[in-house]
Amino acid sequence: MKKQKTFSTHHALFVKKVRNENILVWFLRFFILIALLGFWELFAYVGLIDSFITSSPSIIVKTIINLFANDNLLYHVGITLYETILGFLIASALGYIIALILWWSERLRRILEPYIVVLNSLPKIALGPLIIIWFGSGSKAIIFMAILIGIIVAIITMLNGFLEADDGKILLLKSMGANKFQILIKLIIPGSTATLISMLKINVGMAWIGSIMGEYLVSRAGLGYLIVYGGQVFKLDLVMASTVVLCILATLMYAVVAMLEKTIIKYKN
Amino acid sequence: MKKILQIENVALTYQTLTDEITAINDLSFDCNDGEFLSIIGPSGCGKTTILSLIAGLIKHTSGKILIDEKPINIKNNDMGYMLQKDQLFPWRTIEKNVYLPLEIKRKLSDENKNYALSLLEKYGLKDFVKKYPSQLSGGMRQRVALIRTLVSNPKILLLDEPFSALDYQTRLAVCDDVYKIIKAERKTAVLVTHDISEALSMSDIIIVLSDRPAKVKSIHHPNLNGDTPLRKRESENFGFWFEKIWKELN
Ligand SMILES: Nc1ncnc2c1ncn2[C@@H]1O[C@H](COP(=O)(O)OP(=O)(O)O)[C@@H](O)[C@H]1O
Ligand SMILES: [Mg+2]
Repeated sequence: MKKQKTFSTHHALFVKKVRNENILVWFLRFFILIALLGFWELFAYVGLIDSFITSSPSIIVKTIINLFANDNLLYHVGITLYETILGFLIASALGYIIALILWWSERLRRILEPYIVVLNSLPKIALGPLIIIWFGSGSKAIIFMAILIGIIVAIITMLNGFLEADDGKILLLKSMGANKFQILIKLIIPGSTATLISMLKINVGMAWIGSIMGEYLVSRAGLGYLIVYGGQVFKLDLVMASTVVLCILATLMYAVVAMLEKTIIKYKN
Repeated sequence: MKKILQIENVALTYQTLTDEITAINDLSFDCNDGEFLSIIGPSGCGKTTILSLIAGLIKHTSGKILIDEKPINIKNNDMGYMLQKDQLFPWRTIEKNVYLPLEIKRKLSDENKNYALSLLEKYGLKDFVKKYPSQLSGGMRQRVALIRTLVSNPKILLLDEPFSALDYQTRLAVCDDVYKIIKAERKTAVLVTHDISEALSMSDIIIVLSDRPAKVKSIHHPNLNGDTPLRKRESENFGFWFEKIWKELN
Protein backbone atom coordinates (compact mmCIF):
# COMPACT_ATOMS: atom_id res chain seq x y z
CA MET A 1 0.00 0.00 0.00
CA LYS A 2 3.03 2.28 -0.18
CA LYS A 3 2.31 5.56 -1.89
CA GLN A 4 4.26 6.19 -5.05
CA LYS A 5 6.49 9.10 -4.31
CA THR A 6 8.19 11.30 -6.86
CA PHE A 7 11.72 12.41 -6.06
CA SER A 8 13.58 15.56 -7.00
CA THR A 9 16.75 15.42 -9.05
CA HIS A 10 18.72 16.03 -5.84
CA HIS A 11 17.65 12.61 -4.65
CA ALA A 12 19.01 10.93 -7.76
CA LEU A 13 22.29 12.76 -7.29
CA PHE A 14 22.42 11.73 -3.66
CA VAL A 15 21.75 8.07 -4.49
CA LYS A 16 24.39 8.18 -7.18
CA LYS A 17 26.93 9.65 -4.78
CA VAL A 18 26.34 6.94 -2.16
CA ARG A 19 26.51 4.24 -4.84
CA ASN A 20 29.76 5.60 -6.28
CA GLU A 21 31.29 5.68 -2.81
CA ASN A 22 30.38 2.01 -2.31
CA ILE A 23 31.84 1.03 -5.67
CA LEU A 24 35.03 2.91 -4.83
CA VAL A 25 35.37 1.12 -1.47
CA TRP A 26 34.94 -2.28 -3.10
CA PHE A 27 37.34 -1.38 -5.87
CA LEU A 28 40.03 -0.26 -3.42
CA ARG A 29 39.59 -3.42 -1.38
CA PHE A 30 40.30 -5.57 -4.42
CA PHE A 31 43.01 -3.23 -5.53
CA ILE A 32 44.91 -3.66 -2.25
CA LEU A 33 44.59 -7.45 -2.52
CA ILE A 34 45.70 -7.57 -6.14
CA ALA A 35 48.52 -5.10 -5.52
CA LEU A 36 49.79 -7.07 -2.52
CA LEU A 37 49.70 -10.36 -4.39
CA GLY A 38 51.16 -8.75 -7.51
CA PHE A 39 54.11 -7.10 -5.77
CA TRP A 40 54.73 -10.21 -3.69
CA GLU A 41 54.83 -12.34 -6.82
CA LEU A 42 56.90 -9.81 -8.75
CA PHE A 43 59.50 -9.25 -6.02
CA ALA A 44 59.85 -12.99 -5.50
CA TYR A 45 60.20 -13.48 -9.28
CA VAL A 46 62.92 -10.87 -9.75
CA GLY A 47 64.66 -12.02 -6.56
CA LEU A 48 64.10 -8.87 -4.50
CA ILE A 49 62.76 -11.09 -1.72
CA ASP A 50 63.79 -14.67 -1.01
CA SER A 51 60.89 -16.89 -1.98
CA PHE A 52 62.38 -19.68 0.12
CA ILE A 53 61.47 -17.62 3.21
CA THR A 54 58.49 -15.63 1.99
CA SER A 55 57.08 -18.04 -0.58
CA SER A 56 55.00 -16.43 -3.33
CA PRO A 57 51.37 -16.48 -4.44
CA SER A 58 52.01 -18.81 -7.38
CA ILE A 59 54.02 -21.21 -5.22
CA ILE A 60 51.27 -21.18 -2.59
CA VAL A 61 48.65 -22.03 -5.22
CA LYS A 62 50.87 -24.81 -6.59
CA THR A 63 51.46 -26.14 -3.09
CA ILE A 64 47.75 -26.18 -2.34
CA ILE A 65 47.05 -28.07 -5.57
CA ASN A 66 49.86 -30.48 -4.75
CA LEU A 67 48.65 -30.99 -1.22
CA PHE A 68 45.22 -31.65 -2.57
CA ALA A 69 46.46 -34.18 -5.14
CA ASN A 70 49.22 -36.01 -3.25
CA ASP A 71 49.04 -35.33 0.46
CA ASN A 72 45.43 -35.65 1.36
CA LEU A 73 44.72 -31.99 2.03
CA LEU A 74 41.04 -32.83 2.46
CA TYR A 75 41.93 -35.31 5.19
CA HIS A 76 43.75 -32.62 7.18
CA VAL A 77 41.04 -30.07 6.53
CA GLY A 78 38.45 -32.61 7.65
CA ILE A 79 40.27 -33.32 10.91
CA THR A 80 40.68 -29.65 11.78
CA LEU A 81 37.12 -28.80 10.80
CA TYR A 82 35.80 -31.68 12.89
CA GLU A 83 37.75 -30.52 15.96
CA THR A 84 36.87 -26.88 15.49
CA ILE A 85 33.17 -27.36 14.83
CA LEU A 86 32.74 -29.85 17.65
CA GLY A 87 34.68 -27.61 20.02
CA PHE A 88 32.63 -24.62 18.88
CA LEU A 89 29.28 -26.36 19.30
CA ILE A 90 30.04 -27.90 22.68
CA ALA A 91 31.62 -24.73 24.10
CA SER A 92 28.70 -22.57 22.90
CA ALA A 93 25.96 -24.94 24.06
CA LEU A 94 27.55 -25.72 27.41
CA GLY A 95 28.42 -22.07 27.97
CA TYR A 96 24.81 -21.08 27.21
CA ILE A 97 23.39 -23.63 29.62
CA ILE A 98 25.80 -22.72 32.41
CA ALA A 99 24.99 -19.03 31.90
CA LEU A 100 21.27 -19.89 32.21
CA ILE A 101 21.90 -21.70 35.48
CA LEU A 102 23.93 -18.77 36.78
CA TRP A 103 21.14 -16.38 35.77
CA TRP A 104 18.66 -18.53 37.65
CA SER A 105 20.56 -18.69 40.90
CA GLU A 106 21.98 -15.46 42.17
CA ARG A 107 23.63 -17.31 45.02
CA LEU A 108 25.47 -19.70 42.71
CA ARG A 109 26.48 -16.72 40.59
CA ARG A 110 28.04 -15.02 43.59
CA ILE A 111 29.77 -18.20 44.75
CA LEU A 112 31.29 -18.96 41.36
CA GLU A 113 32.23 -15.42 40.37
CA PRO A 114 35.89 -15.53 41.54
CA TYR A 115 36.42 -18.91 39.85
CA ILE A 116 35.12 -17.56 36.55
CA VAL A 117 37.35 -14.51 36.83
CA VAL A 118 40.42 -16.70 37.44
CA LEU A 119 39.57 -19.11 34.63
CA ASN A 120 38.98 -16.19 32.29
CA SER A 121 42.35 -14.61 32.90
CA LEU A 122 44.28 -17.91 32.84
CA PRO A 123 46.03 -18.51 29.49
CA LYS A 124 44.45 -21.84 28.66
CA ILE A 125 47.48 -23.01 26.67
CA ALA A 126 49.28 -23.33 30.00
CA LEU A 127 47.06 -26.36 30.65
CA GLY A 128 48.39 -28.04 27.48
CA PRO A 129 50.66 -30.59 29.20
CA LEU A 130 47.88 -31.53 31.66
CA ILE A 131 45.40 -31.97 28.84
CA ILE A 132 47.79 -34.26 26.97
CA ILE A 133 48.20 -36.42 30.08
CA TRP A 134 44.45 -36.57 30.64
CA PHE A 135 43.25 -37.05 27.08
CA GLY A 136 46.24 -38.43 25.19
CA SER A 137 47.63 -36.79 22.09
CA GLY A 138 44.72 -37.03 19.70
CA SER A 139 41.59 -35.21 18.61
CA LYS A 140 40.07 -35.55 22.06
CA ALA A 141 42.72 -33.35 23.66
CA ILE A 142 42.36 -30.77 20.89
CA ILE A 143 38.60 -30.61 21.16
CA PHE A 144 38.95 -30.22 24.90
CA MET A 145 41.33 -27.32 24.35
CA ALA A 146 38.89 -25.67 21.95
CA ILE A 147 36.06 -26.09 24.47
CA LEU A 148 38.14 -24.73 27.31
CA ILE A 149 39.02 -21.60 25.40
CA GLY A 150 35.48 -20.96 24.15
CA ILE A 151 33.36 -21.85 27.14
CA ILE A 152 34.44 -19.14 29.58
CA VAL A 153 33.84 -16.40 27.04
CA ALA A 154 30.49 -17.96 26.17
CA ILE A 155 29.43 -18.03 29.82
CA ILE A 156 30.47 -14.45 30.53
CA THR A 157 28.95 -13.03 27.33
CA MET A 158 25.63 -14.85 27.72
CA LEU A 159 25.28 -14.15 31.44
CA ASN A 160 25.75 -10.43 30.81
CA GLY A 161 23.14 -10.63 28.07
CA PHE A 162 20.65 -12.40 30.35
CA LEU A 163 21.20 -9.93 33.19
CA GLU A 164 20.66 -6.99 30.85
CA ALA A 165 16.95 -7.78 30.51
CA ASP A 166 14.77 -4.72 31.11
CA ASP A 167 13.58 -4.45 34.73
CA GLY A 168 10.35 -2.88 33.54
CA LYS A 169 9.57 -5.94 31.42
CA ILE A 170 10.33 -8.27 34.32
CA LEU A 171 7.99 -6.20 36.50
CA LEU A 172 5.31 -6.37 33.82
CA LEU A 173 5.57 -10.16 33.58
CA LYS A 174 5.46 -10.50 37.36
CA SER A 175 2.33 -8.34 37.46
CA MET A 176 0.74 -10.84 35.07
CA GLY A 177 1.60 -13.53 37.59
CA ALA A 178 4.60 -14.96 35.74
CA ASN A 179 6.91 -17.32 37.60
CA LYS A 180 10.66 -17.38 37.15
CA PHE A 181 10.54 -20.08 34.48
CA GLN A 182 8.03 -18.06 32.44
CA ILE A 183 10.22 -14.97 32.74
CA LEU A 184 13.08 -17.08 31.41
CA ILE A 185 11.11 -18.47 28.47
CA LYS A 186 9.18 -15.34 27.49
CA LEU A 187 11.76 -12.64 28.13
CA ILE A 188 15.30 -13.69 28.99
CA ILE A 189 15.87 -16.19 26.18
CA PRO A 190 14.10 -14.42 23.28
CA GLY A 191 15.44 -11.06 24.49
CA SER A 192 19.04 -12.18 24.24
CA THR A 193 19.24 -13.45 20.66
CA ALA A 194 21.50 -10.53 19.71
CA THR A 195 23.87 -11.51 22.51
CA LEU A 196 23.70 -15.13 21.39
CA ILE A 197 24.76 -14.16 17.89
CA SER A 198 27.67 -12.06 19.09
CA MET A 199 28.70 -14.87 21.43
CA LEU A 200 28.68 -17.31 18.48
CA LYS A 201 30.72 -14.88 16.41
CA ILE A 202 33.33 -14.52 19.15
CA ASN A 203 33.34 -18.27 19.68
CA VAL A 204 34.06 -19.06 16.03
CA GLY A 205 37.37 -17.29 16.55
CA MET A 206 37.93 -18.95 19.92
CA ALA A 207 37.31 -22.42 18.53
CA TRP A 208 39.89 -21.88 15.78
CA ILE A 209 42.44 -20.64 18.30
CA GLY A 210 41.71 -23.70 20.45
CA SER A 211 41.94 -26.28 17.69
CA ILE A 212 45.04 -24.85 16.01
CA MET A 213 46.80 -24.36 19.33
CA GLY A 214 45.83 -27.87 20.30
CA GLU A 215 47.23 -29.22 17.04
CA TYR A 216 50.47 -27.33 17.59
CA LEU A 217 50.79 -29.10 20.91
CA VAL A 218 49.82 -32.66 20.22
CA SER A 219 48.55 -33.71 16.89
CA ARG A 220 49.58 -35.97 14.04
CA ALA A 221 47.11 -34.46 11.58
CA GLY A 222 45.19 -31.32 10.72
CA LEU A 223 46.05 -27.86 9.38
CA GLY A 224 47.77 -26.85 12.61
CA TYR A 225 49.90 -29.95 12.34
CA LEU A 226 50.79 -29.11 8.71
CA ILE A 227 51.83 -25.61 9.76
CA VAL A 228 54.02 -26.83 12.63
CA TYR A 229 55.47 -29.63 10.53
CA GLY A 230 56.19 -27.21 7.66
CA GLY A 231 58.00 -24.94 10.09
CA GLN A 232 60.06 -27.75 11.53
CA VAL A 233 61.30 -29.04 8.16
CA PHE A 234 61.59 -25.50 6.80
CA LYS A 235 58.99 -26.00 4.09
CA LEU A 236 57.58 -22.49 4.33
CA ASP A 237 55.45 -23.02 1.22
CA LEU A 238 53.57 -25.61 3.21
CA VAL A 239 53.17 -23.21 6.15
CA MET A 240 51.85 -20.45 3.89
CA ALA A 241 49.55 -22.72 1.93
CA SER A 242 48.01 -24.19 5.08
CA THR A 243 47.57 -20.71 6.54
CA VAL A 244 45.73 -19.58 3.43
CA VAL A 245 43.40 -22.59 3.57
CA LEU A 246 42.83 -21.84 7.26
CA CYS A 247 41.94 -18.22 6.48
CA ILE A 248 39.37 -19.32 3.93
CA LEU A 249 37.76 -21.87 6.28
CA ALA A 250 37.60 -19.47 9.23
CA THR A 251 35.98 -16.81 7.05
CA LEU A 252 33.43 -19.30 5.73
CA MET A 253 32.50 -20.40 9.24
CA TYR A 254 32.08 -16.79 10.33
CA ALA A 255 29.91 -16.17 7.27
CA VAL A 256 27.62 -19.05 8.25
CA VAL A 257 27.07 -17.49 11.70
CA ALA A 258 26.50 -14.08 10.14
CA MET A 259 23.87 -15.63 7.85
CA LEU A 260 22.20 -17.14 10.89
CA GLU A 261 21.98 -13.64 12.33
CA LYS A 262 20.04 -12.39 9.32
CA THR A 263 17.48 -15.19 9.51
CA ILE A 264 16.98 -15.03 13.29
CA ILE A 265 16.74 -11.31 13.94
CA LYS A 266 14.01 -10.32 11.55
CA TYR A 267 12.17 -7.89 13.81
CA LYS A 268 14.94 -5.32 13.48
CA ASN A 269 14.05 -3.42 10.36
CA MET B 1 -21.91 0.88 44.66
CA LYS B 2 -19.54 -2.01 45.18
CA LYS B 3 -16.17 -1.28 46.69
CA ILE B 4 -13.61 -3.00 44.49
CA LEU B 5 -10.50 -1.77 46.26
CA GLN B 6 -10.05 -0.94 49.93
CA ILE B 7 -6.78 0.14 51.48
CA GLU B 8 -6.86 0.35 55.28
CA ASN B 9 -4.02 1.72 57.39
CA VAL B 10 -1.43 0.23 55.08
CA ALA B 11 2.27 0.74 55.79
CA LEU B 12 5.33 -0.42 53.93
CA THR B 13 8.96 -0.18 54.93
CA TYR B 14 11.81 -1.01 52.55
CA GLN B 15 14.87 -2.62 54.09
CA THR B 16 18.33 -1.89 52.78
CA LEU B 17 21.72 -2.62 54.34
CA THR B 18 22.29 0.93 55.40
CA ASP B 19 18.76 2.22 55.86
CA GLU B 20 15.14 1.56 56.56
CA ILE B 21 12.85 3.57 54.31
CA THR B 22 9.22 3.94 55.29
CA ALA B 23 7.65 4.57 51.90
CA ILE B 24 4.03 4.45 53.04
CA ASN B 25 2.58 4.99 56.46
CA ASP B 26 -1.02 4.65 57.59
CA LEU B 27 -2.50 4.95 54.11
CA SER B 28 -6.25 4.53 53.68
CA PHE B 29 -8.55 5.06 50.73
CA ASP B 30 -10.99 3.07 48.64
CA CYS B 31 -12.34 2.90 45.14
CA ASN B 32 -15.73 1.86 43.73
CA ASP B 33 -16.25 -0.44 40.79
CA GLY B 34 -15.94 1.44 37.50
CA GLU B 35 -14.39 4.56 38.97
CA PHE B 36 -11.31 6.32 37.66
CA LEU B 37 -9.07 7.16 40.59
CA SER B 38 -5.89 9.22 40.40
CA ILE B 39 -3.13 9.36 42.95
CA ILE B 40 -1.08 12.49 42.78
CA GLY B 41 1.95 13.37 44.85
CA PRO B 42 5.51 14.64 44.72
CA SER B 43 8.01 12.34 43.08
CA GLY B 44 9.60 9.82 45.42
CA CYS B 45 6.65 9.94 47.83
CA GLY B 46 5.66 6.32 47.33
CA LYS B 47 3.19 6.27 44.42
CA THR B 48 4.81 3.40 42.53
CA THR B 49 5.05 1.52 45.80
CA ILE B 50 1.27 1.79 46.26
CA LEU B 51 0.65 0.31 42.81
CA SER B 52 3.17 -2.48 43.47
CA LEU B 53 1.23 -3.32 46.63
CA ILE B 54 -2.12 -3.42 44.81
CA ALA B 55 -0.54 -5.49 42.02
CA GLY B 56 0.69 -7.93 44.62
CA LEU B 57 4.33 -7.48 43.63
CA ILE B 58 5.40 -6.66 47.17
CA LYS B 59 3.78 -7.37 50.51
CA HIS B 60 2.68 -4.62 52.87
CA THR B 61 4.27 -4.42 56.32
CA SER B 62 1.01 -3.77 58.11
CA GLY B 63 -2.64 -2.89 57.46
CA LYS B 64 -5.17 -4.41 55.07
CA ILE B 65 -5.64 -4.45 51.31
CA LEU B 66 -8.99 -5.81 50.11
CA ILE B 67 -9.85 -6.51 46.49
CA ASP B 68 -13.55 -7.20 46.01
CA GLU B 69 -13.83 -7.27 49.78
CA LYS B 70 -11.36 -10.17 50.03
CA PRO B 71 -7.76 -9.90 51.26
CA ILE B 72 -5.33 -9.54 48.39
CA ASN B 73 -4.13 -12.86 47.02
CA ILE B 74 -0.67 -12.49 45.55
CA LYS B 75 -0.82 -15.86 43.78
CA ASN B 76 -4.01 -15.16 41.92
CA ASN B 77 -4.05 -11.45 41.38
CA ASP B 78 -6.23 -9.91 38.72
CA MET B 79 -4.59 -6.64 37.79
CA GLY B 80 -3.55 -5.07 34.53
CA TYR B 81 -0.38 -3.04 34.96
CA MET B 82 0.63 -0.31 32.54
CA LEU B 83 4.01 1.28 32.94
CA GLN B 84 5.72 4.48 31.91
CA LYS B 85 7.28 2.90 28.84
CA ASP B 86 5.03 0.70 26.73
CA GLN B 87 7.30 -2.31 27.38
CA LEU B 88 6.17 -4.05 24.22
CA PHE B 89 8.46 -6.95 23.36
CA PRO B 90 10.26 -5.94 20.13
CA TRP B 91 10.61 -9.52 18.88
CA ARG B 92 6.87 -10.17 19.09
CA THR B 93 4.28 -8.94 16.63
CA ILE B 94 1.52 -6.68 17.98
CA GLU B 95 -0.83 -9.66 18.05
CA LYS B 96 1.67 -11.82 19.96
CA ASN B 97 2.34 -8.93 22.34
CA VAL B 98 -1.28 -8.69 23.41
CA TYR B 99 -1.48 -12.49 23.81
CA LEU B 100 1.30 -12.32 26.40
CA PRO B 101 -0.90 -12.15 29.54
CA LEU B 102 -2.97 -15.03 28.17
CA GLU B 103 0.16 -17.12 27.71
CA ILE B 104 1.38 -16.31 31.21
CA LYS B 105 -1.99 -17.14 32.77
CA ARG B 106 -2.32 -20.25 30.57
CA LYS B 107 -5.58 -18.99 29.08
CA LEU B 108 -4.58 -18.96 25.43
CA SER B 109 -7.91 -20.28 24.10
CA ASP B 110 -9.36 -19.39 20.71
CA GLU B 111 -12.08 -17.46 22.45
CA ASN B 112 -9.63 -15.30 24.38
CA LYS B 113 -7.48 -14.79 21.31
CA ASN B 114 -10.51 -13.63 19.37
CA TYR B 115 -11.38 -11.26 22.17
CA ALA B 116 -7.87 -9.80 22.02
CA LEU B 117 -8.11 -9.44 18.25
CA SER B 118 -11.53 -7.84 18.53
CA LEU B 119 -10.09 -5.25 20.94
CA LEU B 120 -7.26 -4.48 18.52
CA GLU B 121 -9.76 -4.11 15.73
CA LYS B 122 -12.17 -2.01 17.77
CA TYR B 123 -9.45 0.45 18.67
CA GLY B 124 -8.04 0.96 15.21
CA LEU B 125 -5.09 -1.42 15.21
CA LYS B 126 -6.43 -4.00 12.80
CA ASP B 127 -3.87 -3.22 10.09
CA PHE B 128 -1.00 -3.53 12.54
CA VAL B 129 -1.75 -6.97 13.99
CA LYS B 130 1.14 -8.62 12.15
CA LYS B 131 3.52 -5.68 12.49
CA TYR B 132 6.36 -5.32 14.97
CA PRO B 133 6.28 -2.60 17.67
CA SER B 134 9.13 -0.69 16.01
CA GLN B 135 6.80 -0.04 13.07
CA LEU B 136 4.27 1.85 15.23
CA SER B 137 4.21 5.40 16.59
CA GLY B 138 4.63 6.09 20.32
CA GLY B 139 0.92 6.79 20.77
CA MET B 140 -0.14 3.60 19.02
CA ARG B 141 2.32 1.57 21.05
CA GLN B 142 0.81 2.93 24.26
CA ARG B 143 -2.64 1.94 22.95
CA VAL B 144 -1.34 -1.59 22.31
CA ALA B 145 0.11 -1.64 25.84
CA LEU B 146 -3.33 -0.72 27.21
CA ILE B 147 -5.07 -3.40 25.15
CA ARG B 148 -2.52 -5.91 26.42
CA THR B 149 -3.66 -5.13 29.96
CA LEU B 150 -7.30 -5.59 28.94
CA VAL B 151 -7.15 -8.99 27.24
CA SER B 152 -7.04 -10.99 30.44
CA ASN B 153 -10.03 -9.04 31.70
CA PRO B 154 -8.50 -7.71 34.92
CA LYS B 155 -10.55 -6.29 37.77
CA ILE B 156 -8.48 -3.14 38.08
CA LEU B 157 -6.12 -1.32 35.74
CA LEU B 158 -3.04 0.14 37.35
CA LEU B 159 -1.41 2.95 35.38
CA ASP B 160 1.97 4.21 36.56
CA GLU B 161 2.61 7.58 34.87
CA PRO B 162 1.85 5.93 31.53
CA PHE B 163 2.10 9.14 29.49
CA SER B 164 5.20 10.72 30.95
CA ALA B 165 7.50 9.37 28.25
CA LEU B 166 5.44 10.98 25.46
CA ASP B 167 5.77 14.49 24.08
CA TYR B 168 3.06 16.99 24.99
CA GLN B 169 0.92 16.73 21.81
CA THR B 170 0.96 12.96 21.74
CA ARG B 171 0.29 12.90 25.43
CA LEU B 172 -2.99 14.81 25.13
CA ALA B 173 -4.13 12.51 22.33
CA VAL B 174 -3.10 9.30 24.08
CA CYS B 175 -4.69 10.51 27.31
CA ASP B 176 -7.99 10.92 25.45
CA ASP B 177 -7.53 7.58 23.78
CA VAL B 178 -6.81 5.65 26.95
CA TYR B 179 -9.65 7.33 28.81
CA LYS B 180 -12.17 6.42 26.10
CA ILE B 181 -11.03 2.82 25.98
CA ILE B 182 -11.13 2.42 29.74
CA LYS B 183 -14.62 3.92 29.92
CA ALA B 184 -15.88 1.90 26.96
CA GLU B 185 -14.65 -1.30 28.58
CA ARG B 186 -16.09 -0.17 31.93
CA LYS B 187 -12.88 -0.74 33.84
CA THR B 188 -11.84 0.48 37.23
CA ALA B 189 -8.57 2.36 36.94
CA VAL B 190 -5.98 3.63 39.39
CA LEU B 191 -3.69 6.20 37.77
CA VAL B 192 -0.52 7.46 39.37
CA THR B 193 0.82 10.80 38.17
CA HIS B 194 2.54 13.97 39.24
CA ASP B 195 0.75 15.98 36.55
CA ILE B 196 -2.22 17.87 37.98
CA SER B 197 -3.94 18.53 34.63
CA GLU B 198 -3.68 14.90 33.71
CA ALA B 199 -5.26 13.82 36.98
CA LEU B 200 -8.02 16.44 36.68
CA SER B 201 -8.85 15.62 33.09
CA MET B 202 -9.24 11.90 33.66
CA SER B 203 -10.45 11.12 37.15
CA ASP B 204 -13.61 10.84 39.17
CA ILE B 205 -11.55 10.90 42.36
CA ILE B 206 -8.18 12.47 43.06
CA ILE B 207 -6.13 11.51 46.07
CA VAL B 208 -3.40 13.94 47.01
CA LEU B 209 -0.50 12.41 48.88
CA SER B 210 1.91 13.97 51.33
CA ASP B 211 5.69 13.74 51.03
CA ARG B 212 7.27 10.42 51.95
CA PRO B 213 6.06 8.47 53.87
CA ALA B 214 2.93 8.70 51.73
CA LYS B 215 -0.28 9.49 53.58
CA VAL B 216 -3.55 10.79 52.20
CA LYS B 217 -3.52 14.57 52.42
CA SER B 218 -6.90 15.16 50.82
CA ILE B 219 -9.48 13.54 48.55
CA HIS B 220 -11.30 15.40 45.77
CA HIS B 221 -14.23 14.73 43.46
CA PRO B 222 -13.73 17.38 40.79
CA ASN B 223 -16.78 16.42 38.70
CA LEU B 224 -15.74 18.51 35.69
CA ASN B 225 -18.04 18.95 32.70
CA GLY B 226 -17.14 17.14 29.51
CA ASP B 227 -17.06 13.52 28.45
CA THR B 228 -13.40 13.34 27.39
CA PRO B 229 -10.17 14.54 29.01
CA LEU B 230 -9.73 17.22 26.31
CA ARG B 231 -13.22 18.62 26.95
CA LYS B 232 -12.67 18.50 30.71
CA ARG B 233 -9.52 20.54 30.25
CA GLU B 234 -11.73 23.20 28.63
CA SER B 235 -14.41 23.23 31.34
CA GLU B 236 -14.75 26.42 33.38
CA ASN B 237 -13.95 24.82 36.76
CA PHE B 238 -10.65 23.41 35.55
CA GLY B 239 -8.60 26.42 36.66
CA PHE B 240 -10.22 26.48 40.06
CA TRP B 241 -9.43 22.83 40.75
CA PHE B 242 -5.94 23.09 39.32
CA GLU B 243 -5.10 25.92 41.68
CA LYS B 244 -6.63 24.15 44.65
CA ILE B 245 -4.61 20.97 44.14
CA TRP B 246 -1.48 22.86 43.17
CA LYS B 247 -1.60 24.71 46.50
CA GLU B 248 -1.96 21.48 48.39
CA LEU B 249 1.02 19.96 46.68
CA ASN B 250 3.28 22.89 47.52
N1 LIG C 1 13.15 -1.62 46.36
C1 LIG C 1 13.38 -0.53 47.12
N2 LIG C 1 14.25 -0.58 48.14
C2 LIG C 1 14.49 0.52 48.90
N3 LIG C 1 13.87 1.70 48.75
C3 LIG C 1 12.98 1.81 47.75
C4 LIG C 1 12.68 0.71 46.89
N4 LIG C 1 11.75 1.11 45.98
C5 LIG C 1 11.49 2.40 46.27
N5 LIG C 1 12.21 2.83 47.35
C6 LIG C 1 12.16 4.18 47.97
O1 LIG C 1 10.84 4.40 48.38
C7 LIG C 1 10.45 5.74 48.09
C8 LIG C 1 9.17 5.74 47.25
O2 LIG C 1 9.45 5.23 45.95
P1 LIG C 1 8.37 5.17 44.79
O3 LIG C 1 7.17 4.45 45.29
O4 LIG C 1 9.02 4.65 43.60
O5 LIG C 1 8.04 6.74 44.62
P2 LIG C 1 7.24 7.47 43.43
O6 LIG C 1 6.69 6.45 42.50
O7 LIG C 1 6.19 8.26 44.12
O8 LIG C 1 8.21 8.38 42.77
C9 LIG C 1 11.60 6.40 47.39
O9 LIG C 1 12.26 7.22 48.32
C10 LIG C 1 12.48 5.26 46.96
O10 LIG C 1 13.83 5.64 47.03
MG1 LIG D 1 7.17 6.16 40.39
